[in-house]
Amino acid sequence: MSLLEIEGLNLRHGLLEAVRDFTLSVDEGETVALVGANGAGKTTLLRAIAGAHRPSAGTIGFDGADVTRMPAYRRVQLGIALVPEGRRLFPALTVEENLLVAAQRRRPGRWNVDTVIEAFPMLARLRGRRAATLSGGEQQAAAIGRALITNPRLLLLDEVSLGLAPLAVEDVYRSLATVIAEGATVLLVEQDLTRAAAVADRVVCMLEGRIVLEGPAGELTRERITEAYFGLRRNQAVDA
Amino acid sequence: MTWVNDVIQGIMLGGFYGMLACGLALMFGLMRIINLAHGDIAVLGAYLIYVVLEHWNTSPFLAILPVLPVMLLLGYFLQRLLLERSLRSGLLVPLLTTFGLSIVIQNLLEQGFSPDVRSLGAQAGSVATASWQITSQLSIPAIGALTLGVAIVIFGGLQLFLSRTQSGRQMRATAQDPDTAELVGINSRAVYARATAIAVAIAAIGGMFLAIRSDFYPYSGPTYLIFAFEAVVIGGLGGSLWATLLGGIVLGVAQTIGGQINPEYPVLAGHIVFLLVLLSPRGGLVNLRRVTA
Repeated sequence: MSLLEIEGLNLRHGLLEAVRDFTLSVDEGETVALVGANGAGKTTLLRAIAGAHRPSAGTIGFDGADVTRMPAYRRVQLGIALVPEGRRLFPALTVEENLLVAAQRRRPGRWNVDTVIEAFPMLARLRGRRAATLSGGEQQAAAIGRALITNPRLLLLDEVSLGLAPLAVEDVYRSLATVIAEGATVLLVEQDLTRAAAVADRVVCMLEGRIVLEGPAGELTRERITEAYFGLRRNQAVDA
Repeated sequence: MTWVNDVIQGIMLGGFYGMLACGLALMFGLMRIINLAHGDIAVLGAYLIYVVLEHWNTSPFLAILPVLPVMLLLGYFLQRLLLERSLRSGLLVPLLTTFGLSIVIQNLLEQGFSPDVRSLGAQAGSVATASWQITSQLSIPAIGALTLGVAIVIFGGLQLFLSRTQSGRQMRATAQDPDTAELVGINSRAVYARATAIAVAIAAIGGMFLAIRSDFYPYSGPTYLIFAFEAVVIGGLGGSLWATLLGGIVLGVAQTIGGQINPEYPVLAGHIVFLLVLLSPRGGLVNLRRVTA
């Protein structure tokens, strides 16, 4: 049974239709990568799943329940956690406080302040530092930790490598690989196609708010993704 | 020696202003609401204490105990039923809402209690009049020392609450980024309601000292709102809590020194210091930061 079930979803920013008639389901334990150019609607989609953006039409189902109108903080309790674009740590709170704040509504599970710090060892010596003073990679680790500490069933990752040094990206993905290997369900947005294909079971390519290409990561060639990415062949069949 | 005395009196007066400014700063720092009814809420607190004293012959310091939970509830529902709705329509609407609320409170108080001027100084007993004579020109009034002491306890307590408790951390997180706060599981509306409850209760403590130090009537609120607002701005808008207390003290000292120069000058001197701070390049003693505590 699929954990996340999106049907006919429409998302708008005022008059702009960011996501149109979008349907997608993600199975428990699956890792799905969303790729697509800037403005394709990926971030808006993740924010809508997390509850930060109210859909104008369509439904979002999670574990059999309709969560379309549920406020974001209650979705956290159900097990949806978003690592937002740009990390968005609370700048004046310490790393530990950032984790503790999110732990308020954590579901029972293996993640707590200590296990998060174990998974991201670089955070150990930064526990008491204000988040604003951290480097990009350190902030990203803390932001992922802040999402993990809620013990999510579905982890939404929005461009975790954006603006990071290549070495920091390696670090972040190495830690993520452990999380994914443990069977977490992950929906991630990633600009780096190679990286996306390496991490994900399935790749979904978006263009102007719609899915233009979808398939198992192993079977989609880079060329086909690139074509869909830029919308070179508009009538690409959805093959999955 | 007169000047030393003025400064000391000013610091104690500043404790009073800081106490009035505390809730105002909390609400502004968290929700960007400028609560124009804050002074009237303090006066309402004074009237509630007055009501308790009519039925129970005791000191205002005890009479405030049943008033505080009432004010907490009042603040909670004020946020839930009124301010939360107006917040959805942008920053200007809450300003108008609290302006209207201010008028409503003033008129209800006049209806309920007549426009007579009252004071709780007599019921406070010797605390209101006692003082320690240090030298011939320097005396410390008990009520001044008590005001400052209580102000420090309130600010310290609030600081501890914000930095040590889960509820306080949630408040700071929400103040910094309400959108992300929701995404990590914080119910921002509940956080806002809690903060307004605290702000309203602290205003009532300020109202009690107001009623003991001087007299009050249904329209006293706006005068004290201005002093509280000046204290917040001098401290630096949205700056740390202690900066607000410091802002109150600067205002208090300015007023007592102004009064020493000419008995007609205290309020004017306070306003001048306020305007100078506004004109200064940094715009506040502690620079503009969107950080609570």
